[in-house]
Amino acid sequence: MPVLPASGAAMTALLSAAGITLRHGQNAVLENVSLEITAGEIVTIVGPNGSGKSSLLRVLIGALTPQAGTVTRKAGLKIGYVPQKLHIDPTMPMTVRRFLDLPKRVDTDAAMQALMTAGVPETANRQMTQLSGGQFQRVLLARALLGKPDVLMLDEATQGLDQPGSAQFYRQIEEVRRDLGCAILMVSHELHVVMSASDRVICLNGHVCCEGTPDVVSAAPAYRELFGTGTGGALALYRHEHDHHHHHEDAQ
Amino acid sequence: MLDDFMFRAGLAALGVAMAAGVLGCFVVWRRMAYFGDATAHAAVLGVAMALMFGWSIFAGVGLVALTMAVLIYGLTGRGQSVDTILGVLSHGALATGLVAVTLIPGQRIDLDAYLFGDVLTVTRMDVAIIWGGAALVMGVLWAHWTALLTATLNPDLASASGINPRREHLILTLLLAAVVAVAIKVVGALLITALLIIPAAAARGFARTPEQMAGLAAALGAISAVSGLRVAVMLDTPVGPTIVCVAAGLFGVGTGVVKLRSVGV
Repeated sequence: MPVLPASGAAMTALLSAAGITLRHGQNAVLENVSLEITAGEIVTIVGPNGSGKSSLLRVLIGALTPQAGTVTRKAGLKIGYVPQKLHIDPTMPMTVRRFLDLPKRVDTDAAMQALMTAGVPETANRQMTQLSGGQFQRVLLARALLGKPDVLMLDEATQGLDQPGSAQFYRQIEEVRRDLGCAILMVSHELHVVMSASDRVICLNGHVCCEGTPDVVSAAPAYRELFGTGTGGALALYRHEHDHHHHHEDAQ
Repeated sequence: MLDDFMFRAGLAALGVAMAAGVLGCFVVWRRMAYFGDATAHAAVLGVAMALMFGWSIFAGVGLVALTMAVLIYGLTGRGQSVDTILGVLSHGALATGLVAVTLIPGQRIDLDAYLFGDVLTVTRMDVAIIWGGAALVMGVLWAHWTALLTATLNPDLASASGINPRREHLILTLLLAAVVAVAIKVVGALLITALLIIPAAAARGFARTPEQMAGLAAALGAISAVSGLRVAVMLDTPVGPTIVCVAAGLFGVGTGVVKLRSVGV
């Protein structure tokens, strides 16, 4: 099975998880999962429903405590988190501008800049509950960017967007990485769109099935067993040139 | 002025209503109404204990409300539906309290005073304790405002920002117990939740941010307290329920105004 080693030890990891095992009652959700994220790379976790993708992300941000294993963060690591869903109770009034002030107040210029980067400058004075699905996700992205994160984590960030919408969203993510230089860890089930935008893909199904560049993973037997061969063609279709060289440095 | 019982009653009602108004926003946002009920109902048991052991009412109620609040906090941490268990605890505590009060030897107790409040009899000391408690609640809310708000919005978002959402939940729980303790003499165990929820609910339609809602809820609480007291004295009705009636009236008017505005009148 063509499994690339995780990023070389020489690269300093921003965030690493070692031997994570997480159980909900009797069910093992994650089994001995290890991964590492180094500065500036885009890593995508793919896997079928119930494969523990979201749980893994929640372990990494500290919302879930695993039964075994450790999460190591670089000192002072700032995480920007875009959750899968954010339900704002209708009893809570919340303008977009005020939302961007959580958890820290930001000045209005910075807030407008973040909305611009996320592509929704017109929403500043709207109520969060009045936004469309796409606008909402972009506001979540803008908020995550305001913390100047070292790692941006997106959990199924394009849920509810149509395919052109999510393709556009991921292009924006690449721009964010280019402009801010932060590492990006995404969880997604939209294989073709996501994989073409990633430096490294981790295929998860309770454990790490395989890991490597998109080409390597999509050719891996374990991946094909999970997702079939059909997505190989889709990957080629959406493939576009990267103007950077992270995966060449990372892989050996 | 503090010699005037009306002035003392007004001050006591004002302090409780404002603190409850602000804290009540979190109760509404987090859907903790039943949680508030259970904590408040436990207060009757606290009254019984205070009378039995000769403690101050505030101490007895505070202790039992705190115990109840922490108990519920522990149960909600396990991720199971707590609706039923809250119902059991809430009414179990209320019934136990009612029975316990009648078992206290050698005393005939005016139970109504603890169920519906008796603000006209508050002493200077009571007023001092009520304002101390209200100031403590407001101060903690002020200091933790952003963390509480983030944790209320989404626990994972809070975790990712280094805020422990469970800790913030515990803080709200303790504040709730504190409000119950200071509110028992003003509105009584049965109507404390009303003072938490109604001003916040009335403020919702007029607020664009959480801060506006909290400020407005405190103001509406204050208006309800002062005018409720006046109306009660005028009509010779019980003060606690009258305050809640005024608050409910404000809610009704507010809801009407919002409805009319939304259809463009």
